[in-house]
Amino acid sequence: MPQSHIMPGFRPALGFTLLYLTLIVLIPLSALLLKSLNLSLEQFWGILTNKRVIASFQVSFVAALIAAAVAAALGFVIAWTLVRYPFPGKKIFDALIDLPFALPTAVAGIVLATIYEPKGWVGKWVIEATGVQIAFKPLGIVFALIFIGLPFVVRTVEPVLQEFDLAMEEAAASLGASRWQAFVKVIFPNILPATITGFALAFARGVGEYGSVIFIAGNMPYISEVVPLLIITKLEQYDYAGATAIGLTMLVISFLLLLLINSLQWWVRRRSGQL
Amino acid sequence: MKLSYTVKSALIALGLLANATASADRTILNVSYDPTREFYQDFNKEFIKYWKEKTGEDVNVQQSHGGGGKQTRAVIDGLEADVVTLALSYDIDQIAEKANLLPKDWQKRLPDNSLPYTSTIVFLVRKGNPKGIKDWGDLTKEGLQVITPNPKTSGGARYNYLAAWAYGEKKFGSKDAAKDFVKKLFKNVPVLDSGARGSTTTFIQRGIGDVLITWENEGFLALKEFGASEYEIVVPPTSIKAETPVTVVDKVVKKNGTQDLAEAYLNYLYTSVGQKLVAKHFYRPSHPEYADAEDLKRFPKLELFTVNERFGSWAQVQKEHFDDGANFDQIYTP
Repeated sequence: MPQSHIMPGFRPALGFTLLYLTLIVLIPLSALLLKSLNLSLEQFWGILTNKRVIASFQVSFVAALIAAAVAAALGFVIAWTLVRYPFPGKKIFDALIDLPFALPTAVAGIVLATIYEPKGWVGKWVIEATGVQIAFKPLGIVFALIFIGLPFVVRTVEPVLQEFDLAMEEAAASLGASRWQAFVKVIFPNILPATITGFALAFARGVGEYGSVIFIAGNMPYISEVVPLLIITKLEQYDYAGATAIGLTMLVISFLLLLLINSLQWWVRRRSGQL
Repeated sequence: MKLSYTVKSALIALGLLANATASADRTILNVSYDPTREFYQDFNKEFIKYWKEKTGEDVNVQQSHGGGGKQTRAVIDGLEADVVTLALSYDIDQIAEKANLLPKDWQKRLPDNSLPYTSTIVFLVRKGNPKGIKDWGDLTKEGLQVITPNPKTSGGARYNYLAAWAYGEKKFGSKDAAKDFVKKLFKNVPVLDSGARGSTTTFIQRGIGDVLITWENEGFLALKEFGASEYEIVVPPTSIKAETPVTVVDKVVKKNGTQDLAEAYLNYLYTSVGQKLVAKHFYRPSHPEYADAEDLKRFPKLELFTVNERFGSWAQVQKEHFDDGANFDQIYTP
């Protein structure tokens, strides 16, 4: 009951929340839905089952999943290092993490492409050493999405690690747990939900990412064409309904995946006794 | 006081900015495609001067540039362009058809089919032409890397594609053979950019590819900007005539009260001043007699065909080649 709260202001706060969500989220999204209603079910299905569209969905979701997984692993290590160990220049490194948030994604894409292209100074070296080309291949998309997704993981894991009670660790040690056991059985389960949240955020961002990807992807149909690019392509052909059909489907799939990830997170938290 | 000095200078700067727009009585917006940026910068200055002398009115011309498709869509969606100067007549047809902003027979309203300038498609290669590229047929050589934007998003790329297709059809005698030829050519494309400028960047800045298929004016501009010591233009014996039309957007000028201004602006393109600038900026003037002989000398002679001559109309081209599931999609089917 609202009356039971100490702080007043439930009504204006709820009113604001609803107004905000309606104007910024619900109305634009329902406009998307309405626009795609111009299509018959058959046409809608025809657009979605187009081989090239399916291929681009695969590229987008697979690349975003891989990138989010890598970002989750790397981000965990980075957050761990930043929280646990003092080292010179730590503050600067800490600030650097946020750069992908601030940088226009197009700039990120151009810079990444320049470095990882076959003649770029990292790309050249990687090709010589392993024969693997990064830029203008699907791998390039993954690299761009890791870059974009990494801060989401670091910034969600970091505060949880910071607040993690060292006494729990000490208790584990005093009860005879090895360092590894303490990590696996005590620390990790507590950090996992935050890592999953970071993963979900990185994934959600990666699926819709356009600016940083188009410069490094190579944009070849069936190989490295992402869904947002296909939406733009449809728009450039004045196929508004087709573009919204793809956009809407993307929205639904992303929503379902996020729902899945959130229930996974809920399950993990319950299992580790945080709920 | 230091602060008030800063504030004062900021205010002065603001005032200057406001002044720059306020002193103009009327403003028109020219929505154009990517490579015309440099040309219209020069041309607008001349036009503003001419208009002031003729009528005493201070006017301002704003420019908007971007990929042709994107620009067209912006106009259809409500960007208030007084005039459009786009890469394909198909784009302006779409404005007429989808947004009903101008009559369908717009192309008959200005001289020379509303084409104050045209261009063509040429090849830009690395200095010395190490891969020996001379004609369209060379672009399908094995191991060669060709840079071109995506025809579905770039007007220039449509000319690239159509020029290659026309070559294939003439050389090998049938549409199927032409399709095979174009398919082989696009197999050699390692990166598909969404616009002409993007492809130029890929080729020059990134150093990717052996040959860039591009607008003639864009090729000349690249030589001017990045030095003729590193690149050279190869002109194929035959190529497509890139027809880049201009027109007034009727409903917008009526609403803005800029009809006379917009019409004068486009007509000025056909005058000796306009035509000289056109040639100076590497576009082929429709009235070469007005242009400087030196600028004209740069344009190589080659056999040019128009879209209408080889393909019928843009509507047909769109249906046969660029619609979803049409030829361009088919050549990419794995």
